Amino acid sequence: MSAKTPSKLEKVMAAGHLGVTSECGPPRGSDPEVIKHKAELLKDCVDAINVTDNQTSVVRTSSLATCIHLKLMGLEPILQMVTRDRNRIALQSDILGAASFDIANVLCLSGDHQSFGDNPQGQNVHDLDSMQLLWTVRKMRDEGTFLGGDEIKRPPKMFVGAAANPFADPFEIRVPRLAKKIEAGAEFIQTQCIYNLEKFEEWIRLAEDRGLTEKCYIMAGVTPFKSAGMAKYMKNRVPGMDVPDDVVKRMADTPKGSQAEEGINICVETIQRLKELKGVSGFHIMAIEWEEKVPEIVERAGLMPRPETD
Amino acid sequence: MIVADKKPVEEIIEYVKDCKKILVLGCNECVTVCEAGGKKEVGVLAATLRMYFSNQGAEDVQVDERTLERQCDHEYLEEIRDIADQYDGIVSIACGVGIQFTAEKYHSIPVYPGVNTCFLGVTEQRGLWTERCQACGQCILAYTGGICPVARCAKRLFNGPCGGSSQGKCEINKELDCAWQLIIDRLKAIDRMDLYEKFFNIKDWSTDRAGGPRKVEREDVQI
Repeated sequence: MSAKTPSKLEKVMAAGHLGVTSECGPPRGSDPEVIKHKAELLKDCVDAINVTDNQTSVVRTSSLATCIHLKLMGLEPILQMVTRDRNRIALQSDILGAASFDIANVLCLSGDHQSFGDNPQGQNVHDLDSMQLLWTVRKMRDEGTFLGGDEIKRPPKMFVGAAANPFADPFEIRVPRLAKKIEAGAEFIQTQCIYNLEKFEEWIRLAEDRGLTEKCYIMAGVTPFKSAGMAKYMKNRVPGMDVPDDVVKRMADTPKGSQAEEGINICVETIQRLKELKGVSGFHIMAIEWEEKVPEIVERAGLMPRPETD
Repeated sequence: MIVADKKPVEEIIEYVKDCKKILVLGCNECVTVCEAGGKKEVGVLAATLRMYFSNQGAEDVQVDERTLERQCDHEYLEEIRDIADQYDGIVSIACGVGIQFTAEKYHSIPVYPGVNTCFLGVTEQRGLWTERCQACGQCILAYTGGICPVARCAKRLFNGPCGGSSQGKCEINKELDCAWQLIIDRLKAIDRMDLYEKFFNIKDWSTDRAGGPRKVEREDVQI
């Protein structure tokens, strides 16, 4: 695959390197220093930084505004967009807004249901679903037109991504669903956090059998556990998460004072094992409010230094 | 059918507490089936209101009962033409359609809702009604195994399921079936899994509520 956009992330993976991304959750307030601090922690060890869009349906500084902060710092943001909160007019408008700052990556999502957040009585929009948003961005970029058909002056040049959960039910449609996302326009995929390696390996093998890994970069998602409690919570409470018993046990059997370190060890081992897997083009490290550990994970996983692009 | 649920009686009392003559008006259609607004419920609500007024020492308040065949048709609503203006207030326990049509027809009489109108649904079992349709005006059931993702998926995804589906249940509620799991099961049963691979393009919502109040006009049946 060759790069079609100015995205640094796309260039890294198109050149055959493993891409590395992490994420920055915007603050629940308007202090830009919070964003800048997180960005400083991540800037040298990743190719691009995802900026979440009101994740878990909790109100935060907007993804677009946060991406602009990162861009102004000289970093490469990935604009996450959920279809929960905005209709097609607002989504296209924000894509143009991002493009006006030359933000070169977008990740299209449906978003968590609002009942999980701090405004559970709110209306959701879902004028589009995540695949239709992918299709929309590709149309805007490749055809240079709005959904309504009018021409866009200076169309957005964005590397277009989506999420995939290899572990959600029913498993049998996980690969067909990936195929649909690629058909709708996905050029890169960031997966749900991987703890069940066998299941992930089966998923990517099936994807490869269908030729999907040739059409799209698959970035394996990882999240380090901070504690055995977090492992149990992820196993039992987070929808669509697959944490095998032996992983929970490994965390639980570790003395409390060393659990954070063990969580990092599991994360590094996961990356090392998946690095060798055909079809994996990179890693998406979701260190939820633990950004300071990302450089260590990237370093220990043998993914440093990050490759230079033009 | 249109499914409604009874309003708390305290709320209804708040509407009519200053009335001297009240008509509780039921409907023989959907709200009878879902046991929220038929003749039986008219009787129960009227008796409850009488008891309330009696306890307040307002023995002179009159609460009458009437149940029409439908409140969404001129023909049946005309049946109360002769008596409607005797009342200070009508509590309609038809669906929101019936309540509005009654209010429209008897313009100068206050009409109060006695139910909360919920959705278009089915009687899954006695005492359990569940949603099936959001009347979006452009049916796609041919492609989704006869199961509607607009009405039954919490995110109304056209290309689902989302990543939160777990053991066939929706992420927002473990009691709730994942609509896309149902769709997939049904597509398998009718040997049409090829339909799952079809990418659903962007929906035209102009036939939905988004396009403003809607109208169905059939010249072939007009008089």
